[in-house]
Amino acid sequence: MFPNLAMHIPDGFLSVNVSVVFWLVSVGVLMIALARVNRDLGEREVPIMGVLAAAIFAGQMLNFSVGVGTSGHLMGAALAAILIGPWAAVLVMTSVVAVQALIFQDGGLLVMGANLFNMAVIGPFVAYMVYRFVQRLARGQSWGIFAGGAFAAWTSIVAAALACALQLAISGTSPANLAIPAMAGIHALIGVGEGLITFGALTIVFAARPDLLKHGQTQPAGNRLVWVAGLALTVLLAVLSPLASSHPDGLESVAKQAGFIQAAQTPSYQIIPNYVLPGISDSGAATILAGMIGALIVFGVAMLMAYTRRKRQRISGD
Amino acid sequence: MHAHFLDPYQDRRSLVHQLDARIKLVLVVAFILTTALTPMGAWPVYVLLLALALAAELVSELGIGFYLKRALLALPFVLAALPVLVTIPGTPLLQLPFGLSISAAGLERFLSISLKSWISVQMAVLLASTAPFPTLLMAMRALRLPRLLVAIIGLMWRYLFVMVDEALRLMRAREARSSHSDQPGLKAGGKLVWRARVTGGMAGSLFLRSLERSDRIYNAMLSRGYDGEVRTLPTPAISPGEWVTLGIGLAVLCSLLALSQWLR
Repeated sequence: MFPNLAMHIPDGFLSVNVSVVFWLVSVGVLMIALARVNRDLGEREVPIMGVLAAAIFAGQMLNFSVGVGTSGHLMGAALAAILIGPWAAVLVMTSVVAVQALIFQDGGLLVMGANLFNMAVIGPFVAYMVYRFVQRLARGQSWGIFAGGAFAAWTSIVAAALACALQLAISGTSPANLAIPAMAGIHALIGVGEGLITFGALTIVFAARPDLLKHGQTQPAGNRLVWVAGLALTVLLAVLSPLASSHPDGLESVAKQAGFIQAAQTPSYQIIPNYVLPGISDSGAATILAGMIGALIVFGVAMLMAYTRRKRQRISGD
Repeated sequence: MHAHFLDPYQDRRSLVHQLDARIKLVLVVAFILTTALTPMGAWPVYVLLLALALAAELVSELGIGFYLKRALLALPFVLAALPVLVTIPGTPLLQLPFGLSISAAGLERFLSISLKSWISVQMAVLLASTAPFPTLLMAMRALRLPRLLVAIIGLMWRYLFVMVDEALRLMRAREARSSHSDQPGLKAGGKLVWRARVTGGMAGSLFLRSLERSDRIYNAMLSRGYDGEVRTLPTPAISPGEWVTLGIGLAVLCSLLALSQWLR
């Protein structure tokens, strides 16, 4: 369970500005993906994408024990990008992340844009770029599929984790110098599991349906955009992460200039009087008042509920 | 074993359940947005937001305990916010070993983030457990989300349980073919890498099965007249009373936002 939770940001952990920016980016990519997949697959799009999304969701339940009570499992972005292409993988992962947030509260609603960016944009794009790159190195030999697939899976996990840590840092939720190395370290290990699972999955697909992987070697030229975007994202994350973790103040000042850290966070330093819990002294009365009003609301609703229920019971009793 | 246990919807007849899913979705998102926009340390507003959430939970007749249990899901993520306790400079409250100290400002930030997240998750649980998923799909369509995406998510939901059953069958098959020993210290099941690759094989075969299934589904859709157009029933009208509920809800949230700005 932990790897899952480590990547799905819940509501409340990102500032509103960060949430909105990533929503805009993710929706933009999603629109392109919808148009492209519709062009390639036509009317087959809905059944194929829907069932594959369900399969990726179910595939995340497949786990293996790592020992000490934890287990590794699949995220699936890399596997999807390799087998059905990056744009289709964007759609599939978007559906998975959306259902996880809406139904299982695995990731928030307002911050879903950021979660989509990490798992449905960075995941497939970076994986696809790495996979194609290794394949080109292998010159069409089949080891390129397996090595490329495993490495792509590892890279996509680590890249998504770095993006997640950066989002948390820009929002002022976790300090960059701790969050980035911690997230990168944990997910460098989780990524090994992802790489091994992807390797195993590609082995069986290669044995049973080699045409699916052969097809991947002659991709249309339009996927160059994904290639370039994946490379750019990887380089950006690779440069930004160590920079931000060694100069967390720098990131914070950038965030402040961009207005990411709400102004509300700074004044709280000044209004704290000597050694008192924040908020107790000056807005203490307001808090108590709010508590009383809140208690009244809840109590009133509870009374009303009890009253109507008793009335209903009496009616059904007659 | 069937995977219907996944569906979080709880069938009741409460007022919250009867409210149109479109209104509910808008109100829940507005509530979470309000919570996110509330500045750090605005305790009175947090208390009122929590009271609103608890009141809605009471009306839904599912019991507050149900929500509190489900809302714990997001708790482990609080770990990510733990470091701000010691990294934000401010009045030291508590000295820790290694020369660290918990600052008042850090405590304020940490408690605010945790509270905001906890309140937001409760509302998300409320939405998922009082609106059946098909009505949520209708709400997404009404809110002008791309039709194709909503159709994909709808089909995903329909086959989610089938694919989860498939995954459970794969896991049962692995279990049936694996041995384990009662003798302590005698581990079965091969090396870690081997276990991971077996899981990979399961994931690969799940993928292949789903691809074949999607072919069958496509053919079945064709035979029933599918022509690439996703047709849905027209969405029912929203009653005046529900518009009033929406208006009151948004007005309350706006006034809470105004209160949080005024308290600053």
